[in-house]
Amino acid sequence: MSTVRHHILTVHVENKAGVLARVAGLFSRRGFNIFSLAVAPTDDARFSRITIVVDVESAPLEQIVHQLDKLVNVVSISELSPADAVQRELLLATVEASPAERSQVIQLVGVFGGEVLDVGATRLTVMLAGPPEKLDDFERLLETYAVADLQRTGLVALPKIDGRSVRPLREPATA
Amino acid sequence: MKLTGAQALIKSLEMEGVEVMFGLPGGAILPVYDPILGSSIRHVLVRHEQGAGHMAEGYAMVTGRPGVAMVTSGPGATNIVTALSNAYMDSTPLVVITGQVPTASIGTDAFQECDITGVTMGITKHNWLVKTAQDIPETVASAFHVATTGRPGPVLVDVPKDVSFAEMDWHWPPALDLPGFRSPSAPETADVQAAAALVASATRPVIYAGGGILKARAVEELRVLAERTGIPVVTTLMARGAFPDSHPQCLGMPGMHGNYTAVTALQRSDLLIALGTRFDDRVTGRIDAFAPGAKVVHVDIDPAELNKVRRADVAIAADCKLAIGALAATLEGAPAPDLSEWWSQLRRWQEAFPLYYSQSDEPPIKPQMVVEKLRDLSPDDTILVSGVGQHQMWAAQYWRFDHPYSWVNSGGAGTMGFAVPAAIGAKMGRPDRTVWAVDGDGCFQMTAQELVTASAERVPVKVAILNNAYLGMVRQWQEMFYGERYSEVYLSPDLPDYVKWAEAMGCVGLRAESPDEVGTVIEKANAIDDRPVVVDFRTDAFEKVFPMVPAGASNDDIVVHPAQASGR
Repeated sequence: MSTVRHHILTVHVENKAGVLARVAGLFSRRGFNIFSLAVAPTDDARFSRITIVVDVESAPLEQIVHQLDKLVNVVSISELSPADAVQRELLLATVEASPAERSQVIQLVGVFGGEVLDVGATRLTVMLAGPPEKLDDFERLLETYAVADLQRTGLVALPKIDGRSVRPLREPATA
Repeated sequence: MKLTGAQALIKSLEMEGVEVMFGLPGGAILPVYDPILGSSIRHVLVRHEQGAGHMAEGYAMVTGRPGVAMVTSGPGATNIVTALSNAYMDSTPLVVITGQVPTASIGTDAFQECDITGVTMGITKHNWLVKTAQDIPETVASAFHVATTGRPGPVLVDVPKDVSFAEMDWHWPPALDLPGFRSPSAPETADVQAAAALVASATRPVIYAGGGILKARAVEELRVLAERTGIPVVTTLMARGAFPDSHPQCLGMPGMHGNYTAVTALQRSDLLIALGTRFDDRVTGRIDAFAPGAKVVHVDIDPAELNKVRRADVAIAADCKLAIGALAATLEGAPAPDLSEWWSQLRRWQEAFPLYYSQSDEPPIKPQMVVEKLRDLSPDDTILVSGVGQHQMWAAQYWRFDHPYSWVNSGGAGTMGFAVPAAIGAKMGRPDRTVWAVDGDGCFQMTAQELVTASAERVPVKVAILNNAYLGMVRQWQEMFYGERYSEVYLSPDLPDYVKWAEAMGCVGLRAESPDEVGTVIEKANAIDDRPVVVDFRTDAFEKVFPMVPAGASNDDIVVHPAQASGR
């Protein structure tokens, strides 16, 4: 999934009602494409972190960042280069697997380092966390079986500790 | 001191220096209308909430202070949405207060409930839903700060009825908590030097001045820069008056209905010095054919405008006043570039293609002639207001804009019906000045009822209706681009009877039907200063606005008046 078209933006926002709507609304009314989006409060409860994977074919990254920065609730924006970021995404899937197929699926999950979360007579629910590309591979192999349900979370990312990967595009206001 | 939320709201507005506000009460905002009775703020009761919004805009555009409007929830709030959108497009500072249903009823589809913060999210700089009365001073102060800081714009504060009733401890000034709100101010020296280097080496430069000059109050800096360098200046629709039309370096207005020289100067330029402007499609025409040989210096306080439409060779995110001042200072003492060849080219264009119309002694009256007579017979510092359409373009073309903050119109949004209420707001902001609205008959019918407000409040605005019995600009497009198939554009010259309508609204109603009456009737209108005046000018229905760059065409394909076409 992560191609050159995709850039990761880490957006610190005030943890206030309606902030997600403001961010999502901005993307939709300006015609910017969101590939994935994950949001949760940070350790400081006044702020949330939104990780947005944007499609820069829809608009130049510079324009997206400047427009985002105009939102009053957006405190700071950083771009994470995919190569220099630790990225993780979570996948949950419920797979149709007859008793004969079940061990194949479990083996596949094992190879990828995933977990089996739930087992029924003809189905099992599996989980895998990893970089998006690994999830893509896993998903493709799962499709050999009948996938009843599949959900991915969207990407979260942090800069590599020794990388020069964070480009602070907009610093928090100092005053 | 204990106050109710409603009292705190009005007191906060007073502390922000509000002298006039425009509005109309209703259920959810009722508690806030009670303390208005004892307030120093003059409240103007409008006849429709859209009028309150446009009045606040007119007030803001001539004073530079934020316009304030207050309306109730639901339909009251949605009626002011057009004005918010208009103010957002034209970067006009506006603070709109809306009532909201009680907190406990929000989300239940209560009577007159509307999610107005949701509706206006995309057309305000920011908006707030106030949760407790204690937050009111801080929210109001934040609203004024956001509306007026950086690139100005409208904000909205939504106040639930129970919050207005609740008690709070009054405190002022409040501490603002806006960790994500900031704006560029001073330019980087290296950028200014890079811009100066481009100026020094240009042979066909043009200063492309936008409305940001006026917002930044940078008129004087612009004059110094222009005179120091000798560079010609075009003023966009939003910047008319930012550089005097009578200045020998002023080329006038560029754009879809700009004059030939201003449009063509941009096209042939080798350096655009774009100041407080945003490369709007009405200026650029087809963007990939716009000023193809020009390098670009672009100054704007909104970084998102830089490189949005046209990539700049030097992009400066800064306040125009500071940036233009710095650029002029850098160029001080530098040898002015030799622009004599460029100027002789520009003068040849001006001679060959001036604005043109032809008025005979007989009716019909040409609309351009009305604007010229108004200009010549009214005080030099008259504030001119317009709606949207043909009349707006003739006003922008034929008025002589020699003073800043004397032109009020709806640019980006193109809001028909803007003129009458905006003129009232402008007159309240500058009661010392004559205020003329040049309006179309179509526009006038949208918001004319605010003349009742003007009569009741004794605000003596003057309205010139260029009555051509058509939605004229649409008619022009149907004639030129839809094979003269006129669809739903005819309005009739005498339905309604504008004179009787004016009189019914407490105004003086006048009419001119032939060219020789135009001057007399204008002088009569100018002599009236105790009530509003409406003049019904019966103008030529077939007159079109020229020059014209057809939508989506290159500025090179500018269409001049047919009488001039052979000269091209």
